[in-house]
Amino acid sequence: MASIPSKEEMYTELCKRHGKDRQDKFASSCVAVCGLGGLGSNIALSLARAGVGTLILIDFDRVDVSNLHRQQYFANQVGMYKTDALKATLKAVMPYINIRTHTVKITKDNIQELLSDADVICEAFDVAEEKAMLVNEISENLPQKFIVCGSGMAGFDTSNAIKTRRLTKRIYICGDETSDVSDAGSLVSSRVMLCAAHQAHTVLRILSGEFDV
Amino acid sequence: MVKINGENISAAGLTISAYLDKSDYGTSRIAVERNGEIVPKALYATTVLEDGDELEIVQFVGGG
Repeated sequence: MASIPSKEEMYTELCKRHGKDRQDKFASSCVAVCGLGGLGSNIALSLARAGVGTLILIDFDRVDVSNLHRQQYFANQVGMYKTDALKATLKAVMPYINIRTHTVKITKDNIQELLSDADVICEAFDVAEEKAMLVNEISENLPQKFIVCGSGMAGFDTSNAIKTRRLTKRIYICGDETSDVSDAGSLVSSRVMLCAAHQAHTVLRILSGEFDV
Repeated sequence: MVKINGENISAAGLTISAYLDKSDYGTSRIAVERNGEIVPKALYATTVLEDGDELEIVQFVGGG
């Protein structure tokens, strides 16, 4: 097997692109990704590539053949837990990243335990009720956390409808906020990736101390 | 007047619960922001909207 670059080489390349101050902020940060589907798997990959030091990956589900059209998994990972499969992919891309996995369903009862170490929390669930639950629970019980949500990215509507807005000082919403999968009928990789990219970029801006949208 | 999702609405004096009922919002898919803070769900029934309040009701949609 070919040798891989050293930690120092990879860090140097990231510093060249992002600047050392910003890179050091990324490297010392911890971001949680709640849900590892089309949004979460793409968000995690972007954050790992940017050199975020620690990711907390949370999902109870396994990779299914129906996920491969939009989620960052491989055909030979079908049947694996998404936490394990995504960790393997992220480690292959960025070998020195610190990844914590929790193969559990996030509920009101475990939110504090799972998310208390995160600087920023990405909401990347599929179900609208779960999205609302996470935002409400974090706001109430972990009010100092930044939350970046995804809402509205289904179907083939224009890519330009996907946007980022700031709801409160610490809550951001990405998406078109209208395209529900139950109406649009499907989720398409390119449009889901657009929303995931908005979320990942918002996280990187928050970590950089840039809070405006 | 209370500004709700950008519109001026005569809702002063109503609780958040009463406004949500009147407007056909279910409570399971929403978060309510009032004057910059998220209102805990347990307080919807006792939070009375006041003149000049700014409210945003975010309704999440499915897919991810």
